[in-house]
Amino acid sequence: MAEVPLRDGLLLAGILFSLGLTGLLVRRNLIMVLMSLEVMLNAAGLAFIVAAARWHQADGQVMFLFILAMAAAEVAVGLALVRQIYERFRSLDVDALSAMKG
Amino acid sequence: MRLLWLIPALPLASAMVLALFGSLLSRRAAATLGAGSVGLSALVTTLVALDFSGAPPAGHSYTQVLWTWIKVGGFEPQIGFYLDPLSLVMVLVVTWVGFLIHLYSAEFMAEDDSYHRFFAYMNLFVASMITLLLANDLLLLYLGWEGVGLCSFLLIGFWYRVPANGAAARKAFIVTRVGDTAMSLGLFLLFTQLGTLQIQDLMQRVAAQWSAGSTYAVIAALLLLGGAVGKSAQLPLQVWLPDAMAGPTPTSALIHAATMVTAGVYLIARTHVLFAVAPSAQLAVAAVGAATLLVAGFSALTQHDIKRVLAYSTVSQIGYMFLALGVGAWQAAIFHFMTHAFFKALLFLGAGVIIDALHDEHSIFRMGGLRSELPVTFWTLLIAGCSLAGLPFITAGFFSKDLIIWEASAAEQGRLVFWMAGMLGALLTALYTFRLIFRVFFGPLATPVTKRPGLLMTIPLLILAMLSVVGGYLKDPLLVFLRPALPSTIESASGGLTEAQSGTIAALAFLIGLSLAYLFHLRRRGLAEALVANPIGHTLDQWWFAGWGFDRIYDKAFVQPFIWIADVNKRDFVDSFYTGIAWLSEFVYRGLSETETGRVRWYTFGMAAGSALFIIVVLAR
Amino acid sequence: MNFAFYISGAVAVIATLLMLTRVNVVHALLYLIVSLLAVAVVFYTLGAPFAAALEVIVYAGAIMVLFIFVVMMLNLGDRAAAMERQWLTPGIWRGPAVLAVVLILEMVYLLRSDAAILSTGAVDPQAVAIALFGPYLICVELASMLLLAGLVGAYHLGFHKAERRARA
Repeated sequence: MAEVPLRDGLLLAGILFSLGLTGLLVRRNLIMVLMSLEVMLNAAGLAFIVAAARWHQADGQVMFLFILAMAAAEVAVGLALVRQIYERFRSLDVDALSAMKG
Repeated sequence: MRLLWLIPALPLASAMVLALFGSLLSRRAAATLGAGSVGLSALVTTLVALDFSGAPPAGHSYTQVLWTWIKVGGFEPQIGFYLDPLSLVMVLVVTWVGFLIHLYSAEFMAEDDSYHRFFAYMNLFVASMITLLLANDLLLLYLGWEGVGLCSFLLIGFWYRVPANGAAARKAFIVTRVGDTAMSLGLFLLFTQLGTLQIQDLMQRVAAQWSAGSTYAVIAALLLLGGAVGKSAQLPLQVWLPDAMAGPTPTSALIHAATMVTAGVYLIARTHVLFAVAPSAQLAVAAVGAATLLVAGFSALTQHDIKRVLAYSTVSQIGYMFLALGVGAWQAAIFHFMTHAFFKALLFLGAGVIIDALHDEHSIFRMGGLRSELPVTFWTLLIAGCSLAGLPFITAGFFSKDLIIWEASAAEQGRLVFWMAGMLGALLTALYTFRLIFRVFFGPLATPVTKRPGLLMTIPLLILAMLSVVGGYLKDPLLVFLRPALPSTIESASGGLTEAQSGTIAALAFLIGLSLAYLFHLRRRGLAEALVANPIGHTLDQWWFAGWGFDRIYDKAFVQPFIWIADVNKRDFVDSFYTGIAWLSEFVYRGLSETETGRVRWYTFGMAAGSALFIIVVLAR
Repeated sequence: MNFAFYISGAVAVIATLLMLTRVNVVHALLYLIVSLLAVAVVFYTLGAPFAAALEVIVYAGAIMVLFIFVVMMLNLGDRAAAMERQWLTPGIWRGPAVLAVVLILEMVYLLRSDAAILSTGAVDPQAVAIALFGPYLICVELASMLLLAGLVGAYHLGFHKAERRARA
């Protein structure tokens, strides 16, 4: 397999995470927000795999598996909620959901 | 004599019980407790008096120290009682007259809702007064002084639901406060200069350390005079006493006639050594007395309310006592105090009977012809009036008042002008007294009598009437008795009037006053109205009616500026501290509210930025 | 192999960037799938074939497809695209961009002295399975409970909507 410096792997994960965060903060469409969240989760999983490759152990992949399961459950519930929100507010604007203001 | 401490303790205990549990007691129980405690106190006083006069202790004084009150540095005032002829005489008068007045009020206040509160206050008053009289230490005296002031306030404003009564009570308290402040300044001066406030010690040190006319002595004496003037309602602080008539009549009888207003007289008599060392202060005492007796006498001549006539009369008679003190006739002042207590209390109680009988009518111009309706009251009040005016030889008032007037010229410190003032005052006294009697008891019946006094109200009247007559014959024994406590009056060497000459002129003054009153108020009442209608007469009448305009002067000079300053200061810069805190809180609140937008992206941004910041902080360490 | 790592890494980053800036949601989804596939390749180059397979099958294959289903169901249309264009102003990127740069810089700073090299050799599925059924057994159970919860939640949320429409 590749002999890549650990630094580069972690840096890649970091860049992907930051990009996901940026997307989360910038986009106003609820679907886009959820997608940015997925990107961030994926980046976290990448970090785990990189660490596993460093120590040549299976634990990283196990963690990745759990992250995956959690992401799946979260997406399922999240998308059901998106549908309910669309029913109620007739738009997918995240900023419209500000009843907790003040 | 060891029972001395019981004399103030009994009324005090009764006051506590009535204050705490009064509403649980029946009226009869409250009255029994209230009057009974003062009665017991009077009995104990009599026992102590018999013991004292039968077997006088060394130095004619007995001290009973209960405990040391405060112990701070060199200042160690004690709770102690000092009995000598002066305090004994005064306590006897206070307790017995007080007892009679309590008996009277048991029936007089019978219909009032706050029956037990009244007796609680009255008992507290008697306890404070006795503490004042028996005090061993000037600080304890001041405690009693303040106590009587408090009770005076509480009792004047007894019917507090009427706003005017509250205002009168406040006026009394504030005006006497001015005097009290002067007195406390005097106490400070005495303590800082002489190191003690224990009366006998203090007097010895005054005599030893301060020469005649020394500045400290004069200032201290004048400050004490200020206190006395406030409490005894003399010029210039006499304005509170006429308004204090808003209180129940037994209160007026006890506090504002017989006892509290004489506290000033007692103070000066007690500290006579200090006044002897400060002749100019003593002259001031006499001048105040002389001026007051004339001012009050003229004012009494024009009053309509029966109690206000008596109030101004009290101010005037205390002026006589101050005059006596001022010329060095110490024993005469105490003698007049005693007789005055008898007849003035009687006058007030009788006035109470009349007011009650005529269903709360106060104006003497709407009274008349009560001679046949209220016979007992008529005869007792006639005796009291004669005593006040000084009917020669029969009444007690004649002996005491004339002694003072004669001493005003004959004593070493006496002056002719004081004698003339006293004589004119005697004429005025006779005039206004008989004006009162003729208007109230003679002439046609103006207001019908709806209630007659019962036994509890009549018996005190009779006893006091008897004392008003008999008291005069106590003059010589009393003067002898008081000699160990108060120095004899030093007579001036030069000529001047003898006692007999002065007495004759006084009797003449009495007759002139009586005849003038007879003329204007019985024979031809039209003359009185004509006199008032006349322009000059009208102006004088209005001026004297308003107490020589003192109220108005004080209002313009002190009250209005004070109110103005308070109003201007309503929002001063100190307030801005508190409003500033409120404003700051609101500002921060508004600022923080802005951050709660309810938008998810904003919150996420906050979290992410916070984490970034935190990592930077961690990395920077 | 290093080459493959860097190329796929670059593809992943570029695809994510493109995803963020698309106005049409479906286009963004497709770019996201590309990004995920690139990351799967990265996994393989790092010696985690099992993870790579899972990434493709579960993440790109199931989760993303779920996204697409929902987007199609919502049927947003051109009006939504116009609104997106309105929202995506250039000025809006400033704050988050600063934040992202700060985070990346912090990371670079932290990693500056790390000289470790990732070791050779893959970790095959067998090793992962042994780990799962050994020390990580309880996590497996918890994960299954989590999925059950997700299932129930999604069902419940979807059910109520149908009920309301039935009542209305």
